[in-house]
Amino acid sequence: MKTPYSVKSKLDTILPRVQKPGRYVGGELNQVIKDWSSISVKIALVFPDIYDIGMSNLGLAILYELINQRTDTLAERAFSPWLDMEALLREENIPLFSLETAHPLSEFDIIGISLPYETLYTNTLNLLDLSGIPLFSNQRNDSHPIVIAGGHATFNPEPMHAFIDAFVIGEGEEIIHEIIDQYQIWKNHSNDKQQLLFQLSQIKGIYIPSFYRPVYSTDQRISHIEKLTEFAPLPVIKRIVPKLPPPPTRFIVPMIDTVHNRIPVEIMRGCTRGCRFCHAGMINRPVRQRSVDEIITAIDLSIKNTGYEEVGLLSLSTSDYAHITELIDTLNARFCNKHLNISLPSLRIDTFSVELMNALKTNRRGGFTLAPEAATERMRNIINKPVDNNQLIETCKAIFSRGWPTIKLYFMIGHPLETMQDVEKIVLLCKDILFAGRSVIGKRAQVNAGVSTFIPKPHTPFQWVACDTPDRILEKQALLKKGLRGPGLKLTWNSPENTMLEAWLSRGDRRMSEVIYEAWKRGAKFDAWGDQFLYNIWQEAFCVVGIDPAFYTHRERPIDEIFPWDHINAGIHKKFLIQEYMFSKQAITRGDCRHICYACGILPTFNDLRRQYSGDAWCCPEVTIPQPQSSANNGAFSPLSKSP
Amino acid sequence: MRIRVNFSKTEVIKYSSHLDLYRAWERWLRRAELPLTYSKGFKPHPHINLACALPLGFTSENDLVDIWLENTVPLDDIYQGLIHTAPPGISINYVEEIPSQTPSLQKQLIASEYIITLHKPVTELQDKINLLKNSETIWRERNGKKYNLRPLILEITSQQEPISGKQQLIIKLKAQANATGRPDEILLSLGIDPQNTKIHRQKLILDDNS
Repeated sequence: MKTPYSVKSKLDTILPRVQKPGRYVGGELNQVIKDWSSISVKIALVFPDIYDIGMSNLGLAILYELINQRTDTLAERAFSPWLDMEALLREENIPLFSLETAHPLSEFDIIGISLPYETLYTNTLNLLDLSGIPLFSNQRNDSHPIVIAGGHATFNPEPMHAFIDAFVIGEGEEIIHEIIDQYQIWKNHSNDKQQLLFQLSQIKGIYIPSFYRPVYSTDQRISHIEKLTEFAPLPVIKRIVPKLPPPPTRFIVPMIDTVHNRIPVEIMRGCTRGCRFCHAGMINRPVRQRSVDEIITAIDLSIKNTGYEEVGLLSLSTSDYAHITELIDTLNARFCNKHLNISLPSLRIDTFSVELMNALKTNRRGGFTLAPEAATERMRNIINKPVDNNQLIETCKAIFSRGWPTIKLYFMIGHPLETMQDVEKIVLLCKDILFAGRSVIGKRAQVNAGVSTFIPKPHTPFQWVACDTPDRILEKQALLKKGLRGPGLKLTWNSPENTMLEAWLSRGDRRMSEVIYEAWKRGAKFDAWGDQFLYNIWQEAFCVVGIDPAFYTHRERPIDEIFPWDHINAGIHKKFLIQEYMFSKQAITRGDCRHICYACGILPTFNDLRRQYSGDAWCCPEVTIPQPQSSANNGAFSPLSKSP
Repeated sequence: MRIRVNFSKTEVIKYSSHLDLYRAWERWLRRAELPLTYSKGFKPHPHINLACALPLGFTSENDLVDIWLENTVPLDDIYQGLIHTAPPGISINYVEEIPSQTPSLQKQLIASEYIITLHKPVTELQDKINLLKNSETIWRERNGKKYNLRPLILEITSQQEPISGKQQLIIKLKAQANATGRPDEILLSLGIDPQNTKIHRQKLILDDNS
């Protein structure tokens, strides 16, 4: 076994031979080091990509701070080593280690893996392998750490079910303490891992995949989900915090450059807009806001603790934060002489947003970002993101005239019911905006279009929709590439192969874990990195396992099909999703649910919490008559009645 | 007010670059809430001037940084403020006020002194050093450019580390614009792999007349 000392002494000879050795040494400001021998529960928080990316992840920072505030537990960090470092670790037989104390990951009690997106799956396998921990959950014994994963991607945990002992579905701030408490109790009484899994399964929001089994029909679709243990909950309902706890303020300050060098402050969680393609908008309900005071106090304290020069005010829709004007005014008054950069991502398309950004007086060279997502009214009604094109152009004019020479526009192709005309309109709209920009600031005007490809995500109203085929995507992209060139225009897009992988991984069932394993065995890793992603390997892996990937991605699903993720409940009634899906087919929009409740299901699912936190703690309108809740309709695993 | 801080860069942060170190200083000064002066323009930067870049993997002591402040702050307050907000890996030796018209550190700097510990014994080290000293030219190539290393070497001696008994080299190198010697280049010309050594810059030598 490698002790921290032997790891550290070997590192000295290895690090001079790798790029950016600062990724592997820890020792940053605000890192927490505890006495290893006197702490009973040791957790390795793992982000399965390199340090530069993982250190910019807010979820990891929240958990690190919460866990290390406990005196009985320690949290240390580990990230994927880059290829050069991995090669040397394998060559020198050094197991993957934590940054804080260089302990091998296998010596921790709990490995907590952050899975915010699906293209981290092969890296997760690689990390376990580098740690000398058996990849498959059923090959690990009582001496191995327990492997827990959480994050947005785990709302469909099935593709990773074979590798993870327990999934956290939903928000981690409260559940992390319950996990640690149960671990403590278990450690004092038992060393049988099955017992630990049982205890964990009784925590709300925990999914133990080994306690369930999907039963497939002859046509490969799921017929139903079976519980293998009597006490396992079915469905597993996601966990939420009824009120956002105070934000973290003791961020670790990396010595080397990372993706985001800033203080992230989450001002609001969730979104009331109800865009039908949006996974985050569906799974992060209800909307909860922090108070202006709480945000300002957190920023103040974070600056004192870190010295950062930039603050990012994070939310899914910043202009919808109820006190946004007050917040910006207060920030301006308080920090105007302190050279603090404030970034406001995710702004709504209206002149109000421009006024907000204008009030910030920040550097304007970076451009102003808007996300119309589609270019025609019909298409925007289908996806429920209604924006008038005139309003969009007026907003863009205001942006140009306020000193931003560049506008970045995010679109998606592949929306349900999209025609080539809808795609063509993206080109025309960008040109209209560029024309408007030139009328305001002349040739300096620049329009950058980022066009990604729609993936029908689990738990959204579009989960029944089929993805565009790669050929169809290429056809649409060719149209865009032809149209969006010349001075003042720039186009970026995703390769159809990348989109397909993300779609398989996010929509897959349990059999997908074999594909992931086969792909990893053949060298797949860093799939999120365009230059590392190897499409052929994935095709080979599907072939070996004997699954046609089109089964997951190119089938429009009948309304009563049971999805692999149907036993995971995001607090949203399936009948609400069906209703939204049906409305989309008729291009009927539904407005901001801050004002009128469309009965998505979040209130009945969490009615006990809502009663404790009434009023404007949640941005849900008060509903006096509770929605009728029948288990036949909200239970996701029984065949459903037809559309409403 | 212009201050000069004498500091050390220790093992913990030896893998941070010159730019990383600059940013660490910037954040440190913000934590200490010192009244920094900023450049004008789109992206204002605080007025901080580090004497001389230290390559990745080296440690240093008696390193120097100049900092400009909006107004006068008692030196002891500055020192205390910095001590209380210090990042791991940088320690402060002393802070002094210098006249605002003092030339920049780059203009004052004439040489750097390094102490290099050799982890693997090198045979006939003294002979090799003598050979080096007696050469009139030592042609080296760096980034595709050929240059003569010899005039950049001001002094070179060897000694034994008292505790470990390891061999050490003490090297004084020119450190001026377009004439800065790199200690790893000396090692290579002595036939020593820099990866088997620990390189520490122990002194920056300034021109007293300027």
